[in-house]
Amino acid sequence: MRELLEILEGNARISTAELASMLQKSEDEVKEQIALLEREKIIMSYSTLINWERYGEELVTAVIEINLTPQREVGFDALAERICRFDEVRTVFLMSGNFDLLVVVQGKSLKEISNFVAKRLSTIEGVTQTRSHFLLKEYKKDGIILENEEQDRRLVIVP
Amino acid sequence: MNWNDKLSTSVQSIAPSGIRKFFDIAAQMEDVISLGVGEPDFITPWSIRESCVYGLERGYTSYTANRGMPELREEISKHYKRRYNLDYNSDKNILVTVGVSEALDIALRAVIDVGDEVLIPEPCYVSYQACTILAGGIPVSVDAKIDNEFRITPEELEPHLTPKTKAILIGYPNNPTGAVMGRKDLLKIAEFAEAHDLIVISDEIYGDLTYDGVHECFAALPNMQDRTILLNGFSKAYAMTGWRIGYALGNEDFIGAMTKIHQYTMLCAPITAQVAAIEALKNGEKYMKKMVAEYDRRRRLIYDGLNKLGLKCFEPKGAFYIFPDITSSGLTAEEFAEKLIRTERVALVPGTAFGKSGTGHVRCSYATSIEKISAALKRIENFLS
Repeated sequence: MRELLEILEGNARISTAELASMLQKSEDEVKEQIALLEREKIIMSYSTLINWERYGEELVTAVIEINLTPQREVGFDALAERICRFDEVRTVFLMSGNFDLLVVVQGKSLKEISNFVAKRLSTIEGVTQTRSHFLLKEYKKDGIILENEEQDRRLVIVP
Repeated sequence: MNWNDKLSTSVQSIAPSGIRKFFDIAAQMEDVISLGVGEPDFITPWSIRESCVYGLERGYTSYTANRGMPELREEISKHYKRRYNLDYNSDKNILVTVGVSEALDIALRAVIDVGDEVLIPEPCYVSYQACTILAGGIPVSVDAKIDNEFRITPEELEPHLTPKTKAILIGYPNNPTGAVMGRKDLLKIAEFAEAHDLIVISDEIYGDLTYDGVHECFAALPNMQDRTILLNGFSKAYAMTGWRIGYALGNEDFIGAMTKIHQYTMLCAPITAQVAAIEALKNGEKYMKKMVAEYDRRRRLIYDGLNKLGLKCFEPKGAFYIFPDITSSGLTAEEFAEKLIRTERVALVPGTAFGKSGTGHVRCSYATSIEKISAALKRIENFLS
């Protein structure tokens, strides 16, 4: 199971036939295992890492530090869940250190994000402070270097 | 001037590489998928590259001690203690060389007198015979059999023994077959070497690329450390082929003799590569294991794929090669390789490039991406139908 997950994490488009060969199982067994992992929500989704900038689309991303007042019984969880529900919010992490939540927000323009932070995030009861940092350039995302100039320089045939 | 008359007879006697022709064909074509590359497709892990860059910034640009940087020899010594519980003194038993290629060359030159014979199980890496000849020796090929998964036995070696037999040169995990010799197999070779007082030169460059089990180091067998010239390097396990860095381990007097040749011919291995090799041994194991896990998946994919195409092959247990029997195609290995590249643009190497016993086989390297392996399998399927 672990090896199956490792392979899928690197390439979700790999065929079940290839997986079956690599894992020395039948295709049906592989399908069953994947279905089980999906049911158990160990596999959460299959997404595609896209370089939108290269496609020509402008996207503005901000990383926002949020300070919260923890609530009785639920701590930070209830507030974090509220923040998660906004479509604009791509990522939410609870952090140690000077702030509590690290939130990544995406929008079409600087103005859209500023509005979102000012009107929606900072007005939530329990949010005491926000600090927004706008992202200037992505170099590496989810383990993938976006502009990688490393290439296969080997000769075609080597003894 | 007619240079053919002036070339040394030993150089003239060496046959040109059987690979060259395919290289020339492939070089003129586009969209070739190559299963013909005997080196990792990974680029050296960044932490290793970065340590070399840092070394350059601090001015590591000089010669080093002939035997190699003390820190590198110390790391090699610790590595063998840790991995195989072998004691190699960093000042006496270790020589850092320019790849295993140099180590092999000078090891043979250090022990071979004109006319001495070296037993070489085939199929094997292309340099073994040539280096023996250049050292003045006579390579005596011993065919390993596919029925025994290309492992060699004392019974097969015995008929080739003569009073001139001085050494046996083995390379497992094997290029081109992917064969591995288990402990039991090696113990028999050890017994044979001891009975006939032979030197054992063991090229273990693919040792870390062993699947389904652990690599058996020949020197770690009972009583074998003193008799064994152990050759290893960083090229395959750490994806460092272009750095040209390897080493030889062995008896103090022998390493001293090798060092004598090395100091007059090579002086020392490049310092940049030595600095990188230190980092590889200190912190590189996790990257190496990741690459090995990836090769292992590709191995299973290509093994299954070739078998499904009806090309008989045994499951390789080490290195990154698979050696299918292609006689069912009705073609010779050379014809198979040439037609395949011309019609389907898949490059591989005919088994005969690695010795007569490679007849009817081709070597496929799976040091290439899953996508390319799958695409190559499809092309081979087209070719066969």
